Amino acid sequence: MSMMKNFMGWIDDRYPMTKVWNEHLAQYYAPKNFNFWYFMGSLAMLVLVIQILTGVWLAMSYKPDAELAFGSVEYIMRDVDWGWLIRYMHSTGASAFFIVIYLHMFRGLMYGSHRKPRELLWIIGVIIYLAMMATAFFGYLLPWGQMSYWGAQVIVNLFSAVPVIGPDLGVWVRGDYVISDATLNRFFALHFLLPFVLAALVFVHIIALHKVGSNNPDGIEIKKGPKGNRWDDNAPADGIPFHPYYSVKDIAGVAGFLFLFAAVVFFAPEMGGYFIEHPNFEPANPLKTPDHIAPVWYFTPFYAILRAVPSIAGSAFPGVVAMFASILIMFFLPWLDRSPVKSMRYKGMLYKIMLWLFVIDFFVLGFLGTQPTTDLYKLMAQIGTFYYFAFFLLMPIYSKMDKTKPVPERVTE
Amino acid sequence: MKKLIVVILLAAAPMLGLAAGGGAHLDDADIDLGDQASLQRGAKYFMNYCLSCHSAKFQRYNRMAKDLGLTDEEVINNLMFTTDKIGDTMNIAMTADKATEWFGSPPPDLSVISRARGVDWIYTYLRSFYLDEKRPFGVNNIVFPDVGMPHVLWDLQGAQKAVFKTEKDSAGNDVQVFDHFEPVTPGTLSPEAYDQVARDLTAFLSYIGEPIQMERRRLGVWVLLFIAVFFVFAYLLKKEYWKDVH
Repeated sequence: MSMMKNFMGWIDDRYPMTKVWNEHLAQYYAPKNFNFWYFMGSLAMLVLVIQILTGVWLAMSYKPDAELAFGSVEYIMRDVDWGWLIRYMHSTGASAFFIVIYLHMFRGLMYGSHRKPRELLWIIGVIIYLAMMATAFFGYLLPWGQMSYWGAQVIVNLFSAVPVIGPDLGVWVRGDYVISDATLNRFFALHFLLPFVLAALVFVHIIALHKVGSNNPDGIEIKKGPKGNRWDDNAPADGIPFHPYYSVKDIAGVAGFLFLFAAVVFFAPEMGGYFIEHPNFEPANPLKTPDHIAPVWYFTPFYAILRAVPSIAGSAFPGVVAMFASILIMFFLPWLDRSPVKSMRYKGMLYKIMLWLFVIDFFVLGFLGTQPTTDLYKLMAQIGTFYYFAFFLLMPIYSKMDKTKPVPERVTE
Repeated sequence: MKKLIVVILLAAAPMLGLAAGGGAHLDDADIDLGDQASLQRGAKYFMNYCLSCHSAKFQRYNRMAKDLGLTDEEVINNLMFTTDKIGDTMNIAMTADKATEWFGSPPPDLSVISRARGVDWIYTYLRSFYLDEKRPFGVNNIVFPDVGMPHVLWDLQGAQKAVFKTEKDSAGNDVQVFDHFEPVTPGTLSPEAYDQVARDLTAFLSYIGEPIQMERRRLGVWVLLFIAVFFVFAYLLKKEYWKDVH
């Protein structure tokens, strides 16, 4: 024991190992009333690790070459030992990442995790989400199937819709006049790089979280409440050390998540064409446009917004602006919510109705983004887009009007 | 918990919408990948009827031998017409240039066609060729209009014609809708026997689409069992730690 102590002392004199351990785990006091929704943060980190590990191993056999890419994926699926498992974990992981992150973001909306003093924490989170979308977009081209190719074509054409500089911008992104070998090569390079940027951003996200402390389902600041618990006289009374309490709880959450994850990987890796789209089993063919091009499900709500906005003078630019605005508006959320309370538990019916309608709206837009446009669907997408923006832009009004309930002094449950 | 169920139901709703859509009616392929005899027959038909115009360039002969319960010798002597190396993939001699000259476009590689089109589509496609004088090979296909290939299995199935009925579309215009097939000349097989041929071929195409799929499902059961047991212990550990949190 004393040898261990000496060793740690030697380390601590040179690197703050014990200090970091205590500040971020053993003496980081988290509210004791976390519920189901608080699993998503640790699960998102787990999925990021899965994606980086499987991704690096896939890169060992993948060929970022327009002639070879499609075949190299099939080579991984057939001839590389356990290649099929690594590939399915990676393709399922991409969708799992978005599911977990959407639930994580929704948790924030429910319990006011974006509110003061966590504005920066939320903003870093939105940057992470943007980096994730970019990573997923670059990665989706790599299997070089028909949907990879034409999906990328549609998205890069968005840049070409920018007035004046658009066409040059498109060529700059693609490295060519069409999606080609040059595009595939650079997308591979970026797809390999971005996850490490993502990991760094996650680190910053956690540093910001541990500075302000975790929110909780009651939206109560435990740091402002009474002090003193079993471990520390100065720690919040409603806080418990993250380790071991939440570390063991998160292990159970990980097991629950992995059960669902493995169920998809082993029994439904295509997930009915949602996680791996059927047309992507046809090699990319620049001369043959598919009848119907739809991005992967996690982009479809924004794709629906893009298509809902009518073109002006033959330019799709307004739709592009609306699509980017629908994501960038999330940055302003901390200042749009004017309710005196943070958590939905103490907000009134008005906010609850607006929030649940927003959830339904997001699913409806997501569905419409997968479908070919018809008059009815276009109208629905326009209503959906209108509500999407109304939810954010009218929030200063309805969150203030809303009748709130008194917030208890201490966390409940 | 109630909210969680609502979320899951909402997530599933779009999928129901998708399932309801789609083009021509497809028949249920009803294949059984556990039936090795069916897969072996499918391999035989595939080698004899398909693998001269279509390749399956990602599928190796020896992998097929192993997965279908055949010896390398059986495959070399009975099923290999395009190469003499058992480790080769199923390539063809026809070049893309020649194929384009003969058929208008090169016949697609069939390695993963079952995953692109779905097994029900393939099963229906193989049974939906009908006489059409307007087409270069004298046949057309209900699920693949203006198909570029001849009906290679015609001697087995015989020839059939398609009977259309007139219906009104949503705009009130008359449209021709496929109703049913009528046999014109009988083939060497009964309709039931031909359906079985189509089913065997579909099963084989499903197999080469993802050779690991049977093993994947077998392994998946053990993985899920392991995680379930692990969850029980993880949950008990959590309970033990948390009993002093009030």
